[in-house]
Amino acid sequence: MKSLAELQQLRDQISQQVVLRKDREDGIRVVVGMATCGIAAGARPVMSAFLNEVSKRKLSDVTVTQTGCIGMCRLEPIVEIYMPGEEKVTYVKMNEEKVARIVAEHIINKKPVAEYTVGAVQE
Amino acid sequence: MNIYRSHVLICGGTGCTSSGSNKIHEEFDKLLAEKGLENEVKVVQTGCFGLCALGPIVVVYPEGAFYSLVKVEDVSEIVEEHLLKGRIVDRLLYREDEKSNEVKPLNEVTFYKKQMRIALRNCGVINPEDINEAIGVDAYQALGKVLTEMTPEQVIETILDSGLRGRGGAGFPTGLKWKFAAASKNDQKYVCCNADEGDPGAFMDRSVLEGDPHTVIEAMAIAGYAIGANQGYIYIRAEYPIAVRRLQIAIDQAKEYGLLGKGIFGTNFDFNLEIRLGAGAFVCGEETALMNSIEGNRGEPRPRPPFPAVKGLFAKPTILNNVETYANIPVIINKGVDWFKGIGTEKSKGTKVFALGGKIQNTGLVEVPMGTTLREIVEEIGGGCPNGKKFKAAQTGGPSGGCIPASLIDTEIDYDSLMSIGSMMGSGGLIVMDEDNCMVDIAKFFLEFTVDESCGKCVPCRVGTKRLLEMLEKITSGKATMEDLDKLEELCYVIKESALCGLGQTAPNPVLSTLQYFKDEYVAHVKDKVCPAGVCKALVNYHIDPEKCKGCSLCSRKCPANAITGEIKSPFVIDTDKCLKCGVCMEACKFDAIYKK
Ligand SMILES: Cc1cc2nc3c(=O)[nH]c(=O)nc-3n(C[C@H](O)[C@H](O)[C@H](O)COP(=O)(O)O)c2cc1C
Ligand code: SF4
Ligand code: SF4
Ligand code: FES
Repeated sequence: MKSLAELQQLRDQISQQVVLRKDREDGIRVVVGMATCGIAAGARPVMSAFLNEVSKRKLSDVTVTQTGCIGMCRLEPIVEIYMPGEEKVTYVKMNEEKVARIVAEHIINKKPVAEYTVGAVQE
Repeated sequence: MNIYRSHVLICGGTGCTSSGSNKIHEEFDKLLAEKGLENEVKVVQTGCFGLCALGPIVVVYPEGAFYSLVKVEDVSEIVEEHLLKGRIVDRLLYREDEKSNEVKPLNEVTFYKKQMRIALRNCGVINPEDINEAIGVDAYQALGKVLTEMTPEQVIETILDSGLRGRGGAGFPTGLKWKFAAASKNDQKYVCCNADEGDPGAFMDRSVLEGDPHTVIEAMAIAGYAIGANQGYIYIRAEYPIAVRRLQIAIDQAKEYGLLGKGIFGTNFDFNLEIRLGAGAFVCGEETALMNSIEGNRGEPRPRPPFPAVKGLFAKPTILNNVETYANIPVIINKGVDWFKGIGTEKSKGTKVFALGGKIQNTGLVEVPMGTTLREIVEEIGGGCPNGKKFKAAQTGGPSGGCIPASLIDTEIDYDSLMSIGSMMGSGGLIVMDEDNCMVDIAKFFLEFTVDESCGKCVPCRVGTKRLLEMLEKITSGKATMEDLDKLEELCYVIKESALCGLGQTAPNPVLSTLQYFKDEYVAHVKDKVCPAGVCKALVNYHIDPEKCKGCSLCSRKCPANAITGEIKSPFVIDTDKCLKCGVCMEACKFDAIYKK
């Protein structure tokens, strides 16, 4: 460590990690259904893809968590996204390619990807 | 860098470690690996969360689920349910109220709600053995700012202006101490940290060192820059093995990162730090004794002046500050003087950490703004006395302090208010007493401690405290006269005025303050030969209430002295001459028929 700038850079990198430990109500929550049905349908790679995107793009206000069976097993893997002040958006039949688009369009640009949502797929 | 979706924080403070948190850590590692979750869930060992009575503590983020009294067998459930399926394990969640069964978010729980964590800000948040985590929560930013943007004078001005006072006992303004040392011209100066923590029942400093060692290292380097010293020593008792180990790890990591050593942040400021172990003598916490001990001599005090700021360690200008004092420094630099001055009372700024102990529901560690009332600490944060007993008094300042009686429970605690009611802040031990405590017995307890710990160098303390203790023993055994009470008080003042160091000078305080607030209890021992709380053995006798006794004979079978006789189904009696006052019968009786008087 030769300079303060170097320290600050390291701090910014790590604080992204530690920020998870703050009790907060704001921030965006990505919830992946990870019951047996979800895992069997491939929820784990979906979850990893979200984690990768979050870390790659340094999205420090996004937490990725998992939940049990959401109740629509045939549509798994299912992901719910909670934005502060917005209604929950539910994406179904998720895969890794869809993750990249959802992160770019929904999480960053705040426009849900309509064609992946539960409404679109069920019709 | 890998981002984890969930962090499992396991308390590695002394309390939780002794209740088995290491085993829990191992179990998490094992089960997470089995489930293939080790790259998604990070397990972190932290410092103390403060609720040691309910340990081991495990907290899972991002949900912030606060699990208490966790057992190794519970780990698989947390992994299977919470970490795998996202279902919080309800039965393990901390509940402040058994009856309502309600689970609240942590910052709304009464234990934490009134607290404000400055010195303890990172305890229970980061892994103290990983410098990266410390850096993630701003460690060494203040040092960087100080070295690159401020002159030593500006640093001292900042600390002076903040109003920070020493947390080790006397409450001396920290900035002033630094100013004196900076003004002493010398080619060699030293910065020392007092981590001796000799006050029985206190563990604030230990928890800071165990939970956030980098904050102390950083602050000492800042102090070094401010006064012109490039060498520091941390004096810590060898009985704190976890703290010593984490501190050494932290020092090594800081060196590796170039945050200690030569030319820190590319400036020409050098700073080195070493640990010195103490053998755990109370007197070694006194500043001149501490320095003698670091030098390798006997830990005995010497007269002041000269003060350490002029002639301290190795006869060079030296500052000595307490662990908690240091823990405040980086935050003051980072957040600014105005922020810090906004917390606390007129003459006592910031917060104070207390170790709550004795007859209190939530034994543990709390940090509150100065000016918080004793009532808030005892009744709200501490949860009151267990078993619905009545609060009688609280002792602050340990063996050097005094008691605060229930009538003064609304005192707003700061340095000056405590002084004015005959106690003192001390390092932060806060021992709660309920109606079952005898205040003469409490004074005796502290005197026994000082008699043991007196270094023997000066007569008033070596002989005087011994005499004080003998007088107290005379009182508790019912042999004292009212004249003895007067003599007791007189001797207290003589010792206070003539002892060489703070240990002796403050040793009579527990006697004086109990005399001040609980004189009637002393008088009861002397005149009526009774101990109102039923504690002093010589003055209590065990009796059986014939109304309540069912004549079951259980007590007589348990009595080791065969002091209880009677016929089955008619009331039994205790022969007080034979009775050893062991109390076994009272515990055994199922009908509450046995009482002390
Ligand atoms: C008998 C005795 C024991 C002491 N023990 C401690 C101690 O364990 N820790 C501590 O920080 N200060 C202790 N002190 C106070 C120190 O002498 C010194 O005032 C303090 O470390 C200064 O730091 P501060 O200004 O940051 O409080 C003790 C004082 C006396 C007289
Ligand atoms: S007051 Fe007690 S501890 Fe202090 S120098 Fe005298 S004998 Fe030693
Ligand atoms: S107090 Fe102990 S010795 Fe005395 S009567 Fe009860 S059991 Fe026997
Ligand atoms: S040691 Fe774990 S909460 Fe204090």
